[in-house]
Amino acid sequence: MRVLGISGSLRRESHNTRLLGVAAKLVPPPAELELFEGLKDVPPYDEDEDGDLAPGGARRLREAIAAADAVLIATPEYNSSIPGQLKNALDWASRPFPDNVLRNKPVAVIGASTGSFGAVWAQAEVRKVLGSIGARVVDVELPVAGAEEAFGGNRLADEELQRQLARILAELVEAAGDRHTIAA
Amino acid sequence: MTTVQAETTALTGTTVPTGTWKSDPVHSQAGFAVKHMVVGTFRGTFTDFGVTLANQDGEPRLYGAVRADSVQVRDENLKGHLLSPDFFDTERYPEITFTSTGIRADDGELVVDGDLTIKGTTRSVEARGQISGPVADPAGGERIGIDLETPVDRTQFGLKWNAPLPSGGVAVANQVTLTVHLELAKEE
Repeated sequence: MRVLGISGSLRRESHNTRLLGVAAKLVPPPAELELFEGLKDVPPYDEDEDGDLAPGGARRLREAIAAADAVLIATPEYNSSIPGQLKNALDWASRPFPDNVLRNKPVAVIGASTGSFGAVWAQAEVRKVLGSIGARVVDVELPVAGAEEAFGGNRLADEELQRQLARILAELVEAAGDRHTIAA
Repeated sequence: MTTVQAETTALTGTTVPTGTWKSDPVHSQAGFAVKHMVVGTFRGTFTDFGVTLANQDGEPRLYGAVRADSVQVRDENLKGHLLSPDFFDTERYPEITFTSTGIRADDGELVVDGDLTIKGTTRSVEARGQISGPVADPAGGERIGIDLETPVDRTQFGLKWNAPLPSGGVAVANQVTLTVHLELAKEE
């Protein structure tokens, strides 16, 4: 079972990419978390360029989601909302509607910010967008506040947050497993 | 004649007839109505469903099943959203079912108490309406009509999606009226 991790932040030292690194170590085996590294290559959504000839960056995003059993999104918060590049990627992934690659796909959203609220609004908005897209949104959140001090090695410094993240991953993998059961 | 039979007779000219009766899919409808944008009434229908009324022993039972993915609305994008986990989640919960626990007359109406299951959640509901017939059909069979409706709170069944409106209020009400208009044919 494969969980695709998508970080909504592009910068090299991203707290949210690091958060996905922590998550990768908490995924219940034999499931594995694979980081999507092509977010920056996804061009601005343009319906004129969609369809069979969709740009490579958008195609690779769709293919990566399609190949995954579940998706874990870690989002920062820009101006109280979703980072533009992440929203743009979700817009590509949502097409064609309703039979897109995210339809019924289990997705959980977590987030880190340097502020005191841990990207909680951005997480809520990503969940709302995913619901409209038709994804199976796991009803959880993980607000990692004060991100510059939140990590200790490959763990979250706050043990309760670390346990919460483990529970989220277990729930996400379980949702993906349920889906396989239904398909069988 | 019992009180229930007397009241039913007064309403429709008949009691719940004996025999097994199956819904005619062409001449039966199942649907819902919900307030939209505070002021409007939005309706949708289901095209794939079946209802059986069985009354062999004087204790009539009504049961039915609806394919949730047969919901019909006039916008394919909206239909896609209705089938998704935000609403009916048809991948996990393909059927809506109803099984009566009692059929009675009350205040001139037919009342069907029963267990309604939507999105995997079962709750007791009270549907009210009327029953009419039987009448002879041209093919030599018999037909009855049943019309029922019941209010439900969709959020109690896990259909919780909503969106706030700029001027206050929300896009879709929680209370939904479920309605069936059934024409049932007697099984030989």
